[in-house]
This record gives sequence, structure tokens and C-alpha cells, in this order.
Amino acid sequence: MKVLMKGNDAISEAAIQAGCKAFFGYPITPQNEIPEYFSRRMEESGGVFIQAESEVGAINMVYGAAAAGVRTMTTSSSPGIALKQEGISFAAGADLPCVIVNVARCGPGLGGILPAQSDYFQATRGGGHGDYYTPTFAPSTVQECWDMVFHAFDIADKYRTPTMILIEGMLGQMMEPLEMTKRPPIKVDKSWCVDGNAGKRPRNTITSLSLYAEVLEEMNFARFRKYEEIKKHETMVENNVKDGDKVAIVAYGTPSRIVINAIEELKNDGIQAGLIRPITVWPFPYDVFQSLPASVEHILVAELSMGQMVEDVRLGVNGKYPVHFYGRTGGVIFEPKEISQKVREILKPARELPPARVEMGRGEV
Amino acid sequence: MTRMIFSGYGGQGILVLGEIVATIAMKKGKHVTWMPSYGPEMRGGTCNCAVIISDKIIGSPIVLSEVDILVAMNQPSVTKFLPLMSKGGLVMANSSLTEKIDDSNVDVIELDATNIAGKVGSLRVANMVMLAGFLKKTELFELNDIIEVLEERFGGSRSKDLIPLNVKAIEAGLK
Amino acid sequence: MAKVVYEKSRGLTDVPLTYCPGCSHGIVHKLIAESLVELDVLDKSIAVAPVGCSVLAYEFFNCDGIQAAHGRAPAVACGIKRTNPDKIVFTYQGDGDLASIGTAEIIHAAHRGDNFTVIFINNAIYGMTGGQMAPTTLIGQKTSTSPYGRKEESAGRPLLVSEMMAQIPNAAYIERVSVHDIAHLNKAKKAVKKAFQTQIDNKGFSMVEVLATCPIGWNLPPVEATQWVVENLMPYYPLGVYKDVGGAQ
Repeated sequence: MKVLMKGNDAISEAAIQAGCKAFFGYPITPQNEIPEYFSRRMEESGGVFIQAESEVGAINMVYGAAAAGVRTMTTSSSPGIALKQEGISFAAGADLPCVIVNVARCGPGLGGILPAQSDYFQATRGGGHGDYYTPTFAPSTVQECWDMVFHAFDIADKYRTPTMILIEGMLGQMMEPLEMTKRPPIKVDKSWCVDGNAGKRPRNTITSLSLYAEVLEEMNFARFRKYEEIKKHETMVENNVKDGDKVAIVAYGTPSRIVINAIEELKNDGIQAGLIRPITVWPFPYDVFQSLPASVEHILVAELSMGQMVEDVRLGVNGKYPVHFYGRTGGVIFEPKEISQKVREILKPARELPPARVEMGRGEV
Repeated sequence: MTRMIFSGYGGQGILVLGEIVATIAMKKGKHVTWMPSYGPEMRGGTCNCAVIISDKIIGSPIVLSEVDILVAMNQPSVTKFLPLMSKGGLVMANSSLTEKIDDSNVDVIELDATNIAGKVGSLRVANMVMLAGFLKKTELFELNDIIEVLEERFGGSRSKDLIPLNVKAIEAGLK
Repeated sequence: MAKVVYEKSRGLTDVPLTYCPGCSHGIVHKLIAESLVELDVLDKSIAVAPVGCSVLAYEFFNCDGIQAAHGRAPAVACGIKRTNPDKIVFTYQGDGDLASIGTAEIIHAAHRGDNFTVIFINNAIYGMTGGQMAPTTLIGQKTSTSPYGRKEESAGRPLLVSEMMAQIPNAAYIERVSVHDIAHLNKAKKAVKKAFQTQIDNKGFSMVEVLATCPIGWNLPPVEATQWVVENLMPYYPLGVYKDVGGAQ
């Protein structure tokens, strides 16, 4: 039976059903439904809920709970996620599994509370200090939010790494029908944890510190061997580009749904385009751009930012196609017609194009 | 596909109204999205939500044009969203708080919702009066569908006693 | 056969301590280790190490241990204790860690009444980074970032952490001790043990502030450093029990 549920609520309930035993949060719009949900449900389900003194406090509580071997999560929105980066780096450096959710808003600074995708670099380039990555999932429907929470916990446990779910405010706030399908957590060995059982096993220690260069280098090498495995096995992408499509449009999260409408609009005008939707933004599905149908002539990247994922797309395309970009920011959400118009412009023969110009505020580059 | 906007003052129950309509459609096996305006508007000012009902998977959940149905509980809602209506679209206006709509492009039904709600017993059920507009002018659902959703939503709680009041409001709107 | 008259506590590992000669860290480690053994909780204890000279403390206590980000040890301890309420959790923090960068974390751990124990080392200086001024540095005290001595006009007067923490409604036990001589060492041991007992009894947040030496940071030989504690630190930082919800000792 389906229920109508908000993205934020779906994430919360999914986490509890995935076995999340401890949630640590701090109020910030547009993710407040999540700590509110946990404050109700953890009381019922016997889990831990704490409204921390800050985002910094919350992520370090997660670090402690993860070290103690339980499934744990924190959520926030862009400026709050920035504050958590120190803790995320520590968790990555200590190989601790946990899930961080960013219900993103627009920046920089206090910016605004409306949806944006301008935290892509932060999410996909580590975000904090040091050499590390955070497997990051970018669902585009409430159902996918639900499914990704189970997946994010599993990947975190399987590879002993923090994982992130990256959505924009829109998806957190919107309601859609949801099938609350449950899946059991993967079985992993957590005998490494510090839960105070040294009487029953050798004592455990958890740290990201090493004062010996060669030792620390080997720790980093080992972590990157793990990242190679993640890249190989856990990269996810939805590729709907078909033979005959002239333009492949790359978009993730809710904006990818706006692109679907644009593609429909174009189809009615006899222009064929297809959608590439990265589901993991780290690891990024670079390979998808090397095996597109022969009909593809252009790549268009559509983001609610001044152009961040476009850099990954260029890396994947590696010069094979021209890569174009269309973005809106500040909480402005592009409409389907803006995307379809951009596609028409791209497909115009060069001599028909007006002189090149930079449209300020439209994210044209 | 039916694209709807529900709009009014914060506190008029507009988001719940959209949610009830979306829930009914979901139970009928449709694809639906419900998207609130969120932000500073949440506190006191006007608020609105967009609901899309479709037989196919829904792309964008945002409704900024081609509005098929507008439920406007106050005058600012009419001013803001009337220009976004599709040709032949349906405007349901709470005539207690809106001026007469003169637009040949759309079909208009006026419901004196706030006043009717007051007479029924509570201004808080003005939103339910607006549902009468759906029953009169669309074939999206029946009264029983609404009652079923109300019972699921409030049946187990202390607000159970409010169900008859809600139904009374809808019936008053139908007169 | 020779008679054993003294042995290293089972609460400490065989990892050589990394502390300077004359520094108080080693002696406070010993007090903690002995207390955990005597209270029979060593095997279910989890140590949270800070950033500072005691960053490697998780290597020295013979129980589970974890290293925390600078100042965040109380938040980490909260995450561990809340998910393992039957275990014994303690943080070991210096004055830069606890009284400067980590003030939010320590205050709110006490504020929530988190049931763990904090051992707070106050040596009036940042030791590991090379002897910079701490919030606890005395007026006139020369450090590498107060080369003319700490001035009240620009740096304020030193922070009285125990006095401050005692004001927090859900702090259960707060005491300031010194380890400069045997008599005070014995008192300090009692305080540490009492702090852990407070946790064992589920009474809530407990903290022992220890006035400690930093001969290298203070640029004094160990004996003179000990004397400096008595002559300078103790007058400004009065010893004693600042809060005890369980009644007098």
C-alpha cells in the first residue's frame, strides 16, 4: 500500500527501518522535518535522538556512535553541512560508517533557504581537509529517497565509510506516493568498534592519526584501494539516451525531472534528446559518456548552480563532444522551456547564432 | 495530467486541502506530486502548494504555467495565479475573500467558503467547502472518496469528532 | 623470590608515554588507570582522547579508545555513551581543547546531563603547539603568543572552568584538584574515583579539573614548575568541590 509522504519524512522513516539507532541533528531549514520526525519516532522505537548544540556537535556525536558500532545518521542543510566537514573528514580518516544527509539550499554564506545544487563540489570533492571521498547518492523522487537511505547505510557499512545523500530543498519538501519496501541490512563484521568490551576481545582503538609518514601514507593508500572498489561496483546512473538523440542532457536530483518535461517538449517539436541522470555523484559515472549512441552531437548539463557537475561531465566526455551548460541559482528553478530553448540554440548551425554573449545571472558559460 | 494550485493565507488549511486531493488521487492509482511553497511565506503570509495528478510518471513537480485548476482562498492568490491559468482552466474562488473574477479564458466557480464555514460552525473548515467545487465541476473524485481519506487521516485521533463537521462543510458548499 | 612492592597499573598499556619530563599527564593517567581498575570497570571503559599533548592517550589506557577532533571529545563521548549507556566513557582534555575551541561541546554535555566523566588538564598553556596562550593562562604569564605577558585589556582574565561548569544545572560533580605533592595526589585520586563513581551511579555529568605542570611550555625545570603551580596557579584556581549532587565527600 502506498502512502503520501514528504521526502524529508521518507528519509527519516527509512533510516529507522534500516536500523538507524542514533540520530543527531540541529535545526536548519529546509530539513527541519527530519529531526522533528526522529524526535517522535526514536522515543517510540527505543533509539537515540539528540538535538545537538551545533552541527559540529551533531557530526561528532555521529562519529562517537559510529565508532561504537551502531547505525547512525545526521542531517542538515548547506551551511550546516559546511560545519560538519571537519567531522566528516575525521570519520573518513577513521573509516567510520555513517550517513549524512544534505537537504541543500542556496549559498554562498547564509544565501537563502530555497533549493539549489551548489553543494556539488563540497559533496563530491571530499568537502573537508585531506584526501578522501564520500560516496554520495542523489535521488530524484521520494521513493528513491527511501530506497537510497537503505542503500547508503549498506554502502557505509560494507566499505566502512561515511556516505552522503544529497537532495535539494524541493525533494525534501514535496510529497509523493511511497511504497515503504523494507530490506534487511547487509551483514558486516563490526568487531573493530569501541563499545567497551575489551574484557571479551583485545582492546580496540579508532583514530585518523598517525605520526609516521609511511604509516599514514599506507592508511591513505588502503583507503583509496577501497575507493577503487566503490568506483568499480557502486557507480549508479540512469542513461535514457537512445539512438537518434542529438543531445544528451545531464542533470541529477529533482532538476532532472524538469529536464524530462523539456525532453517531452522537444519531442513534440521533432527534436530528439535524452537524459543522463547520475544517481551517484561520487563516484561519478564518467564512462557513460564514452559509449553514447552515434547520433549524439552535443552534451548539455543543467544544474541549479553556476556550473559544478559540468566539470565532471567534461572529464567524462574528455573532448569527445562539445559540453554546454545551463544553470539557475539563488533558489530560482529553471522551467522546462528554458532547457528546451537552450537545446534549440545548441542545435542551430553556427552561422545562425547571434554573437556570443554572457548572460549574467543565467549561469551561462 | 491535471495541474493544480491551492493558494490562500497561512492558516486557511490550504496545504492540507492539496494533500487531501493528492491522497485521493494516489488511492485511485494515479501518479501524484504535492509541492509546497516553502520559505518565509510559511509564517503568516500567503502560502500555496502545487498538486499534479497524472496517469503517467510525473517529471517536474513544479507548476508555474498551464494551471488546470486553481483553488484561491484569498484575493492575492487570484492576482498571483490567474495569469498562469491554461485556456479553459477552472478557478475555484473563495468569494468571501475574493473579488468577482472577470476572465473569459477560464471557467470560474465561486464559493462563499469562509461565510459558509462560519455558519456551519468553524471558520477552520472553509478549506473543506472548496472541495464542493471539485465535486460540482470535476470528475476527479466523489464525496465518499473524501470521507474515506478524512477517516484515515483523523479516524484514530482526538480530531475524529471533527469529521462530521468537515463533511457538513462540504455538503453546505454543494448547496 | 623478590616481593612485588609496586607495579604499573593494569589500566595502562605498555606503550611508552610521550610526555615531557616533569609533566603531570603521566601521573594523572596513572590515577585514572588505577581508579578504573579499582572500580572494576576497566574492561568496559572507552577513553576519548583530545587534540593536544594527550592526543595519543587512547594508546595509553588499557581499554577501548578513540581519538576526537579538537574540542569535540564531549560530543564524541555523548555519541558513545548514549548508544552504550551501560559502559564507562571518559574524555581526557587539555585547556586549549576544553576551555577554548571546545567550550560549546563541554558546556552542552553538562547541560544535557550526559553521564560520562571528563578529566580536564589545566596547565595554563597550549603545550603541544609550542607554548601559546590559553584561556587559562595567568595575567602576566609569558607565552609564545603573549611574549609581554597576558594582558587583561586584550585577553581578559583567565577562565575559571570549574566555577563555570558548576553553574550548569545538570552538572553532577565538579572538583578542582592538584597533583603537586603526595597529599594532593591522594586527594586527586579520590576525586577521579568519585567522578567515575558518579557515572557508575548514573548521576550524570562529572568533571575533575587537574592543575598540572608544563615545564617545557613554562620554561622551568620540573621542580620549579611544581612550585609554580603552588605559588601561581593555586591562588587563582582554588581547589575544592564545586558541585556534588550526591552530597559532601
